[in-house]
Amino acid sequence: MSSLATQLDACRAQNRPAVVGYLPVGFPDVEGSIEAMRALVESGVDIVEVGLPYTDPLMDGPVIQTAATRALESGVRVRDVFRAVKAIDEAGAAAVVMTYWNPVLRYGVDEFAHDLAAAGGSGMITPDLVPDEAAPWMSASEEHGLDRVFLVAPSSTAERLASTTAASSGFVYAASLMGVTGARTAVDDAAELLVSRVREVSDLPVCVGLGVSTRDQVAQIGRYADGVIIGSALVRCLVDADTPADGLRALRHVASELVAGAHESRR
Amino acid sequence: MTDTTVPTDANVQTGLGRFGEFGGRYVPEALVAALEELDEQRLKANHDPGFIGELAELHRSYTGRPSIITEVPRFAEHCGGARVVLKREDLNHTGSHKINNVLGQALLTKRMGKTRVIAETGAGQHGVATATAAALLGLDCVIYMGRVDTERQALNVARMRLLGAQVVPVDHGSRTLKDAVNEAFRDWVANVEHSHYVLGTVTGPYPFPEMVRDFHRIIGVEARQQVLDAYGRLPDAICACVGGGSNAMGIFHRFIDDSGVRLIGLEAAGEGLESGRHAARFSGQAIPGVLHGAFTYVLQDEDGQTVESHSVSAGLDYPSVGPEHSFLRDSGRAEYDSITDDEAMEAFRLLARTEGILPAIESAHALAGAMKVGRDLGPEGFVLVSLSGRGDKDVDSAARWFGLLDEGEV
Ligand SMILES: Cc1ncc(COP(=O)(O)O)c(C=O)c1O
Repeated sequence: MSSLATQLDACRAQNRPAVVGYLPVGFPDVEGSIEAMRALVESGVDIVEVGLPYTDPLMDGPVIQTAATRALESGVRVRDVFRAVKAIDEAGAAAVVMTYWNPVLRYGVDEFAHDLAAAGGSGMITPDLVPDEAAPWMSASEEHGLDRVFLVAPSSTAERLASTTAASSGFVYAASLMGVTGARTAVDDAAELLVSRVREVSDLPVCVGLGVSTRDQVAQIGRYADGVIIGSALVRCLVDADTPADGLRALRHVASELVAGAHESRR
Repeated sequence: MTDTTVPTDANVQTGLGRFGEFGGRYVPEALVAALEELDEQRLKANHDPGFIGELAELHRSYTGRPSIITEVPRFAEHCGGARVVLKREDLNHTGSHKINNVLGQALLTKRMGKTRVIAETGAGQHGVATATAAALLGLDCVIYMGRVDTERQALNVARMRLLGAQVVPVDHGSRTLKDAVNEAFRDWVANVEHSHYVLGTVTGPYPFPEMVRDFHRIIGVEARQQVLDAYGRLPDAICACVGGGSNAMGIFHRFIDDSGVRLIGLEAAGEGLESGRHAARFSGQAIPGVLHGAFTYVLQDEDGQTVESHSVSAGLDYPSVGPEHSFLRDSGRAEYDSITDDEAMEAFRLLARTEGILPAIESAHALAGAMKVGRDLGPEGFVLVSLSGRGDKDVDSAARWFGLLDEGEV
């Protein structure tokens, strides 16, 4: 059983949603990002999404874009992602890489899968790779025992929900709204509807992301979803901080709040 | 008149919108439904006499098609004496070939019941065309443009605003065309329900490369008939500049089956290939990868991060290229060469001085290509050049380049 499934099962056994936290590797620098990911795990985050910074992130809003750009400027490399994955695995959480497709293609799909598995990673989330174009990743992930987390959106047709979930493993990433990453004041009703549509065609756990930023939102989404994904709200702690130490402190505080939201969600 | 919207399928297309191995659809799932709807609508429209008629009427009475061809004998003296004929897309309403595609997409937007269009622009010509069509058809319009480009193409920013469009300068990344495309996609993901992204060139996810090419095919369809009527023969070579590659695909496509006609795409070599400051995807060290939804040649580093491009011409300053060009290049059907800023500006100056035509700086790259290939072909040669746009938007840049502004002006 993959560690994504292990983590999600454990959360289900506790009758609570999993908390999935995103941070980009390399921001403020590689060591600092690894330390921040460890802090997430210590704050109770179950699954860490390790973002691979990319020059042209089509699905990211300003906060994540800023962090990714600064990570690239300070010289982050693709291979640094595997160090972060290893650290998360050692800290006892599941690590899944979130990346746009071109860096993986350039690294070599098979080499990437090999190195990711060797570092203890569970799989990959691919915001600009739909199953239709994913043949090389389907076979590499089979071979290296990695999970394929594809996204579904409120606009996905019934046929696409069925084919996308059939190609997925680990969990299904349900985009809560039509839009890019970034905190929103209200999470769309679209999320709940989407989750129920996924449940009609698939038994895979469904995690909801995009726009989630508060304890209340986590609690609310956690009532119907198997996991809640938080990105910008965490990244912002690091982006807005005056010093790395301030950033870590803010991150621990926010992560603990969000985790608390998950624990109170089904009471 | 021959067919204008339904292409002869000269290219091998495999799988979903692939040209050989190039193309595809690398996009967020949120956009897939919109791409499918667009594909369905445009395929239907291709066979709908109502749509074909409406577009043809706009071409005739609004754009001013067919655009003429012009032989340029005094310029040709600088092209080894070969016969040089220009296809005058610069005479189109709004000043470039871009309007051909935009009118088609704007009509499709209406058919899909959407009320808002989004576009990216580099040189500003695609933005001006989109703002124009939006005004004509009563659509809301938002144009993304890299900050650097808003500065070097300030006149076009003003034109777009006068036409009622909202122009949003983009401050991310290289602040040029590539980043404007990113921003346009982000807007589209969030607003796809009521907005259509009028992509400005033959790249992006399927069906854009094929659809945009089909809307521009009219350039080559007309030009082929015009040169046959006027000269009784086909040209030896066709030169066109290649940013994303829409004017080039437009003029090339009808000639693909004419194996005796060399198809030559000219990319921007900027400050020179060795300088690293260029946009030469095929002449440089680009390799195939994914950018903006398509698998195609991309200027990228060893980590797959996109490398910034450079060109004096905002419309050619783009690190990727339409996937059909990648296919034509690798299959050997088309040739690609690159032109430096200096060479392009020299061709710009020559056309102005010898023929009284100010070309767009983009199109000047094609003219510089004609100077090279003309010298190869010699006096018997016959070169057709896509004059993709006029130089009004570039007057300020060109005047600066040639030092023509008096002290204290501007
Ligand atoms: C006049 C003109 N020609 C050419 C181009 C390059 O685009 P494409 O390669 O798609 O024709 C532009 C782009 O803005 C343009 O304005």
